[in-house]
Amino acid sequence: MPDFAIPEDVRPEDGHVGRRVPRIEDRSLLRGEGGFVDDVPVKKGTLHAAFVRSPHAHAEITAIDASAALAMPGVFAVVTGADMATETDPMIVGFENPIDYYGLAVDKVRYVGEPVVAVAATDRYRAEDAADLIKVTYSVLPAVVDPVAACAPDAPKLHPRSDSNCVSKRHFVHGEPDTAFAEAECTTELTIRYPRNSITPMETYAAVVEANSETGGFDVLSNFQGPFSVHTVMALALRLRTAALRHRSPKNSGGSFGSKLVIFPYIVVLCVLARKARRPVKWIEDRLEHLSASSVAPNRVTRVEAAYTKDGTVTGLRLTHWDDHGAYLRAPMPAPIYRMHGVSTNGYFIRHLEVTNHIVMTNKCPTGAVRGFGGPQLYFAVERMMQRVAVLTGQDPLDVIRKNLISAEQFPYKAVAGSLLDSGDYRRTVEEAVGQGDLAALKTRRDAARAEGRLYGIGYAACVEPSQSNMGYISTVKTGLERERAGPKDGAVASVTVAVDALGSVNVIGDSVPQGQGHQTALAQIVADRLGLTPDDVVVSLDTDTAKDGWSIAAGNYSCRFAPASASAAHQAATRVREKMARIAAANLNVPVAEVDFTDGKIHAANNPDNAIPFYRIGGLAHWSPSSLPDDVEPGIRETAMWNAPELTPTNAKDEINTSLAYGFGFDFCGVEVDPATGVVTVDSYVSAHDCGTILNPGLAEGQIRGSWASAYGATFLEEFCYEDDGTFRSGTFAEYLVPTAAELPEIRLVHPTPHPSPYTRLGAKGIAEGNQYTTPVCVANAVADALGIEDIQLPLKPAKVLEWIATEEPPPSAAVVPDGEAGEPGRPTIDGSGEMQVPAPPEQVWAMLLDPERMARIVPGCERLEAAGESGFTGTVVLGAGPVRGRFEARIDLTDLEAPRRARLVGAADGPLGSSRGEGAFELVEQDGGTLVRYRYSVELSGKVAAVGGRMVRGAARHLIDRFLRGLIREAGGEDGPAPSGGLSGRIRRLVGGKA
Amino acid sequence: MKTLDRNGRHPVRLTLNGMPEEGFAEPRMLLTDFLRHEIGATGTHVACEHGVCGACTVRIDSKAVRACLTLAVQADGAVIETIEGLSEADGSFGPLQRAFHENFALQCGFCTPGFLMSLSDYLERNPDPTVEEIKIALSGNICRCTGYHEIINASLDAARALRERRQQD
Repeated sequence: MPDFAIPEDVRPEDGHVGRRVPRIEDRSLLRGEGGFVDDVPVKKGTLHAAFVRSPHAHAEITAIDASAALAMPGVFAVVTGADMATETDPMIVGFENPIDYYGLAVDKVRYVGEPVVAVAATDRYRAEDAADLIKVTYSVLPAVVDPVAACAPDAPKLHPRSDSNCVSKRHFVHGEPDTAFAEAECTTELTIRYPRNSITPMETYAAVVEANSETGGFDVLSNFQGPFSVHTVMALALRLRTAALRHRSPKNSGGSFGSKLVIFPYIVVLCVLARKARRPVKWIEDRLEHLSASSVAPNRVTRVEAAYTKDGTVTGLRLTHWDDHGAYLRAPMPAPIYRMHGVSTNGYFIRHLEVTNHIVMTNKCPTGAVRGFGGPQLYFAVERMMQRVAVLTGQDPLDVIRKNLISAEQFPYKAVAGSLLDSGDYRRTVEEAVGQGDLAALKTRRDAARAEGRLYGIGYAACVEPSQSNMGYISTVKTGLERERAGPKDGAVASVTVAVDALGSVNVIGDSVPQGQGHQTALAQIVADRLGLTPDDVVVSLDTDTAKDGWSIAAGNYSCRFAPASASAAHQAATRVREKMARIAAANLNVPVAEVDFTDGKIHAANNPDNAIPFYRIGGLAHWSPSSLPDDVEPGIRETAMWNAPELTPTNAKDEINTSLAYGFGFDFCGVEVDPATGVVTVDSYVSAHDCGTILNPGLAEGQIRGSWASAYGATFLEEFCYEDDGTFRSGTFAEYLVPTAAELPEIRLVHPTPHPSPYTRLGAKGIAEGNQYTTPVCVANAVADALGIEDIQLPLKPAKVLEWIATEEPPPSAAVVPDGEAGEPGRPTIDGSGEMQVPAPPEQVWAMLLDPERMARIVPGCERLEAAGESGFTGTVVLGAGPVRGRFEARIDLTDLEAPRRARLVGAADGPLGSSRGEGAFELVEQDGGTLVRYRYSVELSGKVAAVGGRMVRGAARHLIDRFLRGLIREAGGEDGPAPSGGLSGRIRRLVGGKA
Repeated sequence: MKTLDRNGRHPVRLTLNGMPEEGFAEPRMLLTDFLRHEIGATGTHVACEHGVCGACTVRIDSKAVRACLTLAVQADGAVIETIEGLSEADGSFGPLQRAFHENFALQCGFCTPGFLMSLSDYLERNPDPTVEEIKIALSGNICRCTGYHEIINASLDAARALRERRQQD
């Protein structure tokens, strides 16, 4: 039963725009006939690429040996960072910076998962085999993962050309913040830490690259999402004319949410690989690669200070940001923080603002675009502060929000940092949300819960929702002088072409590179309405080809560009087609052009529908009979609009920038309950209202809101890319990086407020897709702050963390409870264990076995080679697996403190493409019942891919291996696959696998 | 248990959506790769390759299975159903597809084949599920676009349509 929140037929008077027109895209997708990159057939002989990646957060590369891989049948080429540094130029970023970035690590690796070597082989399986054979030797360096710590003078430095990891610092003063703070009745400050997350599209990065000898460049097919300003970055890196880098997007892309912007460095590497291999090369990223090394939103530390009156009117704001971009900057980074600069004061009437931006490098995955693009981080700080001001002035937070919001009569409103807020009535939207969402009932629920002593809170959050980015905003990272030297950057050009063929059939092409948003449907609606047709009469093709299509640097799908920009361009192109056809028709209908109208597939006199000519006839005339056209009308019908909005002006000398064209408004409130026993936060009720101006298709718009809610819920409760202090990455699978499923996502109640169309876009439409990224994390955080009466809320709200915030009087357990074999911090990729086992041989014999490489080689699971090294050590090669990963390790084990034949200590290390491990252990041999009781303990730490797939899985696999080793030892000693070692593990494994382990 | 030569290519014959298909696979080739790149049935999608996201769900001998955790050679002789088999004989949408279409229950469509095949399996076993039951049944499928609300509505609609069809038969 449909229960759509946005009313049916928002603008029924205008034909199809505003109607819930079912999606055209579904026709192929629901039949399994989509056209994603991996669905597109490739030439026979196309190779597949795989990457060797860094297991270390920070290390010098001391050697790369690819000889074994290159000797493998089916392996065609290997590309290293040294090749990239020779054959390409560093990929440029929008400002002078000390980072040389080539897509592959050169000299140093700077994060776990960083690509080090690319290899091309006949298929994906062989390419991955080859990658495993490439030996990279590292010298590990200290790492830094915290953005504030990274700015300390003694922090490990990532980039040798800079003496600080803070590669850009800009200070902005808008209004008179010093005066505002000096004269304020009250001031307060708050520090927030916003975590690292992404929205991890279901389709990973995918590209097919082929060298083109005609142009000397490359033909690329990929799911790159734009902005196509980055096309220039790729071409410059490859030392190509831009026209020689032909990029095509297929018709479907499996979600992006910003992520597929930074596939571009891979494209550059794949071009070099394809050139070297002299074959087309295809690459489909895997999930571990995507989670560890593709794109994340910058985590951020913000110190926010507010000046305010005793009645809660905020008069000044200071924001000091440390924006953590990981190991490298890749265009258009550090854009998120600048995209939001103009709306640093959110929707509030605050005229004094000071902003300090630190752009910081750390040993983590580099950043990219993620839905919300700088907004979640900013609004978390601002909206947490509004809640604090309410608490400190003893008011209801909703009253503080209401009091500070811009008034309806102030629109268009120029915010102090430069955003020109186009339209809205923020207070009205709040009142409509509060009324329709029944805040009064929620307050009653809260009061009842609190009366029972339960921890219940209500949170509020407001947000300005920017859409269609000004391509000039990133220049705000430069000083005024630098901007002057570089020349002006502004605007955001959108391109749509509408063509009518000789039988009156309508074709539309556009540059919006959709990833599931339903752009084909929406464009068909818009164009159909302009031409008096139905959406079914219009064929929309949104696969793109830089060699043939209309496009400009702003092309792509990001920052809610479609509804303001592409919709306007479509409207403009269709209007031009309409005007041309009207002129041709006017001559045939004998009426003035101004009196020609388009209805139901006919072109007719506006005041006499019987004086009509079929639409297709006019299309036919333009093609079949140019001579019959009015004198100044060109034959054929094909109009390309390159649409831009004059409001998108460059950053001015005062660093004011209208960062986006259209600004929607969102307001949410929610009730949450915190379980004091478990720390679990439950969303009891969540209400969300978004004014995005004209709604093009309620079905599509509602899908964007609900989708944003789901990913924002993930960011609030589940999703975080976790790093150890040493840079070890821990979130490499969907079992570690948790995302919401249908089972845990609560219902959201959507309120549809009165729309305030944008005066600056053709249809009045504003973006709708990012609103809940802004509101939900902080709305829930404000509710938790309200429930617990605490200030410092850090996402995601994992129960263990929340539990620490709840002061409990419960006494600690009398003794630590450590389950058998489960010692060690939960989730941390450390494996500890101990046990004992009876071996049917005297200690001397067991001792000799343990020191004999030949016999050990038979016992060690997966051992390919084992040799004595020094007096009491081994080196060897073992193949080990844990869960979905399996690989070859070079291991070295040294025995120390030898007391033959009684005891010894072991210190060991293993390195391979899957990661590194360092460990130590000890064993003791005790004569017992004619045999030997072997007592042992071990402790192993992991990094790299093995650590990323999760401690739980790795621990299980490690115990299994040790079990196999010990049983091998018994067999080698002459026992009959003897009794299991003591401890419950092997029994459990046997039960699990249903037989012998 | 049959042991296969690790470097050899072995014939795999199966029935895909009612039609016999044949191809060759190395022992380690995943069923997803076999379906997509050996046979050319690209409707089944691969999104995590570790059995968590459910995008690759197909039905093997009437059971919903992760094709990314299944080897092609294991499917030799099996009867396999995928998204490509959900349409009516005349090519129009079947009940599941129609319900998804009418409810805006897909956006990018990458996870959709897995949802449809999970539901195709589940609604046979539970023709009249509650919302809570559907949420649990779909908890092994990840969608990052929709927020699930429309998928749940579509599931209820599809269940109803399938029940009505059964009554008519």
